[in-house]
Amino acid sequence: MTEPKAPLGLTPSQTVGPFFAYALTPRAYGGAELANEQVATDAVAGERISVRGHVYDGDGAPVGDAMIEIWQADAEGRFHAQGNVGFTGFGRAETTAEGGYHFDTIRPGALPGPNGTSQAPHLTVSVFARGVLVRLATRIYFSDEPANEADPVLALVPAGRRGTLIAQRGPDGAFIFDIRLQGEGETVFFDV
Amino acid sequence: MSLIYPREGLKAHPLNNSPEYKSTLKRAPSQPLILLPHTLSETSGPVFGHVAVQESDSDLTRQHAGEPLGERIIVSGRVLDEDGRPVPHTLIEIWQANAAGRYVHLRDQHPAPLDPNFSGAGRVVTDAEGRYRFTTVKPGAYPWRNHHNAWRPAHIHFSLFGPSFLSRVITQMYFPGDPLFPFDPIFQTITDEKARERLISRFDLATTEPEWALGYQFDIVLRGRDATPLEEPHDD
Repeated sequence: MTEPKAPLGLTPSQTVGPFFAYALTPRAYGGAELANEQVATDAVAGERISVRGHVYDGDGAPVGDAMIEIWQADAEGRFHAQGNVGFTGFGRAETTAEGGYHFDTIRPGALPGPNGTSQAPHLTVSVFARGVLVRLATRIYFSDEPANEADPVLALVPAGRRGTLIAQRGPDGAFIFDIRLQGEGETVFFDV
Repeated sequence: MSLIYPREGLKAHPLNNSPEYKSTLKRAPSQPLILLPHTLSETSGPVFGHVAVQESDSDLTRQHAGEPLGERIIVSGRVLDEDGRPVPHTLIEIWQANAAGRYVHLRDQHPAPLDPNFSGAGRVVTDAEGRYRFTTVKPGAYPWRNHHNAWRPAHIHFSLFGPSFLSRVITQMYFPGDPLFPFDPIFQTITDEKARERLISRFDLATTEPEWALGYQFDIVLRGRDATPLEEPHDD
């Protein structure tokens, strides 16, 4: 009889540290970027959206050395691996000295969720920074989506904190999504 | 190939709330994380097997006109999933300080010399068997301001994607026998000794090239298990 094999131990995470930029977001160093804030080329179909915000620590001070990565479906709710090769769906940005970041992309479509549910359009987000030992995972939803009401993941979040996951339209039409690592208004982070 | 992502292995990771590492004090979430069911958003992920990686991207000693100073080394190994199967065609990004312990980064103020022949950033894509190989120089230890007389052990930063959002990880590879291990609060945030040891590369004579470079082996295990393991039914 075959015993189920014990899994190999995972390689533990460590902080990205303060000095990643010349490798991971190397534009200022003249390096070739793997990905950046421009997630969708002009050729990609879909509604253009901009998402921007700031990252703050527990004192409300800007986090000027974070890296934000987003991962998303296309306008039809398809991921890159599902044959939509024209759109990587991956973006990466280093925060500015003021803690700011932005992405220019397309609005993702709705996606299948657990148990036959449907997930409202969202971006999947990783936050890396000095002082963050394991990347923080969160999601960006959009304030003008009626589908948010029935989203199975938002439903898992206490009502009083749900708003931290929903980007609001700014005066210029961009979606604003601030990330608060700790304290008042702390962004909801997920155990993935 | 369909993968599942059990959570048991996550115990190997440090806690974000690790106060000995001072930068966590204002940056670790204070609210509990919310358990997220794994949906298509998490079980999919970006694919970079197509990224045009040039030879100089994996040989950090050949990125400038001259050769960098320091001890030339080869770092090589395999990327595996939790079932021990290779993770092929996955991107690895690395970065490190130079032999004097100085990063190229504009905000690194450590008064050690920059090396005009060393940037310290590299990329490679694993082969069909999950293997990778970098040539570089051994990074130096460097001081930081976490506490009085704080020094980081020599390390190389590794960033990996693997097959999905769930397998994404950024970590640091250390060198065997470093006397700074007991004093480094970042290394020590990993409370399980066996898990800590998995971040220490192994000197390997077979990887070492005669009259050229010392060799180190460093295998990386990413999240992911076979969704349909072949198991005999149990009678009991």
